[in-house]
Amino acid sequence: MASITFREVEGSSLKYWLLFGGLGLFVLFGALAWNTMHHHGHVITGMDNQIVWGLPHVFAVFLIVAASGALNVASIASVFNKPMYKPLAPLSAILALALMLGGLLVLVLDLGRSDRLVVAMTHFNFKSMFTWNVFLYSGFFALVGIYLWTMLDRSVKAYTKAAGTAAFIWRLALTTGTGSLFGFLIARELYGSAVMAPMFIIMSFAYGLAIYLMVLAAAYAWTGRPLGDIVIQRLRYLLAVFVAAVLYFVVVHHMTSMYFTKFHAVEAFILLNGGIFTTLFWIGQILIGGVIPLVILLTGMGKSRTWLMIACALVILGGLVQMYVTIIGAQAWPLDLFPGMVQSSSFFDGEVHSYAPSAPELFLGLGGIAIALLATTFGVKVLRLLPESLDDATVAKLEH
Amino acid sequence: MSEMNPNQETAPASPERRRFVGGAAAAAAGLAIAPGVMLIEVAYGRPEDQAASSAVRWGMLVDTTKCASGCNECVSACSTENGWTPVAESKHPKQAPQWIRKLELQDPLTQMQTSLPMMCQHCAEPPCVDVCPTGASFKRADGIVLVNRHTCIGCRYCMMACPYKARSLVHEPLNDTQKPDVPRGIGCVESCTFCVQKVDRGDGTTACVEACTAAGHNALLFGDMNDPGSEISKRLRELPTKQVRADLNLNLGIRYHGI
Repeated sequence: MASITFREVEGSSLKYWLLFGGLGLFVLFGALAWNTMHHHGHVITGMDNQIVWGLPHVFAVFLIVAASGALNVASIASVFNKPMYKPLAPLSAILALALMLGGLLVLVLDLGRSDRLVVAMTHFNFKSMFTWNVFLYSGFFALVGIYLWTMLDRSVKAYTKAAGTAAFIWRLALTTGTGSLFGFLIARELYGSAVMAPMFIIMSFAYGLAIYLMVLAAAYAWTGRPLGDIVIQRLRYLLAVFVAAVLYFVVVHHMTSMYFTKFHAVEAFILLNGGIFTTLFWIGQILIGGVIPLVILLTGMGKSRTWLMIACALVILGGLVQMYVTIIGAQAWPLDLFPGMVQSSSFFDGEVHSYAPSAPELFLGLGGIAIALLATTFGVKVLRLLPESLDDATVAKLEH
Repeated sequence: MSEMNPNQETAPASPERRRFVGGAAAAAAGLAIAPGVMLIEVAYGRPEDQAASSAVRWGMLVDTTKCASGCNECVSACSTENGWTPVAESKHPKQAPQWIRKLELQDPLTQMQTSLPMMCQHCAEPPCVDVCPTGASFKRADGIVLVNRHTCIGCRYCMMACPYKARSLVHEPLNDTQKPDVPRGIGCVESCTFCVQKVDRGDGTTACVEACTAAGHNALLFGDMNDPGSEISKRLRELPTKQVRADLNLNLGIRYHGI
């Protein structure tokens, strides 16, 4: 097998520091947003006793789901023994860690009592999916960290496959856990379904790969390193399969609900008459996040690097919208305490709940994305994560 | 929070009384009434160092046929007793905590209208307790579902899980309406406690029930559902009642008549 030379990104150019500083600025905004929310309480956010999880959860869950998906490329290399993907694996692992870091930070900084994080780490209720997730997230850091170490340190290289397999199984469990946060809720009509777990797994594949492709292309373009089409084009079809699979799960989920008379109203709310949520579902989630990327990826347009990047960006945008519809849309629909009755109260029973995210919520979420990208930017500077060249000739040699 | 008020007046049954009981009744009869005596003792409050007993299950009967539409006495009484600001006085009504609310129902076909109070249903199998990551949401042995103010991290997962929309997050710093025996706090989740401070004091009732009775409606009745001799148990035996979202099979502490 041909050898690949990994080298740190020099990271001394003005462009590097501008990127670093720009991301750092958003991290700072995120910190300020948290400080403001923590000082005043959630009263300054758009969240209330109806919409209890808002925009920060949209970003947090998206990042956590994407984190496990970003590990895909490494898994293909180590678990499924595809040598062509081996040079891509270290970036995949560091991106997975960075996205998980960003997502978790947003999640814990949105707590009503974010100062009590230590309580969450010392008091456990093992019937809670949240508690399971605390262990799944910590384990993810440990396993992917070890996996990355086996890839970077020659003395432990023999354990790469074992570590990669462990990380792969763990990330499947992790996304099952994230999906089950919603799947294990009996109260909300759009949750409480086993399909949430596999749907979140396939969503993670799509979001994670889209982010990975964009980061890979950006890293190579901005450092002037060659990145051939062989690698990118393989991943292009893989992304198409994942995006199509997400659409499949969305169809199955809604079709099942639509068959049950008791869910007709809530399905009509999302699919037909839910105002902003209906628009976001059809335009954002289905069209921008699914159909258009599929058209780009599966036609000749996908051969162009620019169009491919546009498709990735649309998958990411559509994914965020899908999280918005999944998390906020489901809460906007009122709980049905007395099925068949018209209900009203001072507590907004029987009403569709509105939600307008506030600036601190948005900046907390963006801060999570920024810290993930900042960690990645820093990672490629201090660690040998990126091959010097991924041109077609180098990559082609790996397969023989 | 639940163990602040030892009842000074509650002394164990006196030896004289025990001797009297022992002398007057046969041993078999004594055995038969002993559990009842025990329950009466629990119902009269308990010392601070004694844990809540699973021999008791506190519950409430809501007779919606007596609950007046437009009457808000139970809600006001709860707000006063527990120190939360009434929603009408809040600057942020959508974010204001509401431990209890009046729910107005109408059947769209028959036009039949029903008015009832809705609050924490004190489930025997509470979904909020299941999902709470830290165990801050808990059910006491006597069936009261509470939130531990010290370990609630404000994740709101319980609010996502509760089928009754019974819980509220404290969204803003609290004013000085707080009561010394009802601890609350910004960033924590809270809900109806069945006036646990009153129950532990030995009042044997809740603020909403007292207010409903005082207003002459008598739509609410509080008591020990495990004690066959209690007023609530007698009424529950006679009156057909339902649990809200009975399909979820959560075994609720609040039973409604007339829904």
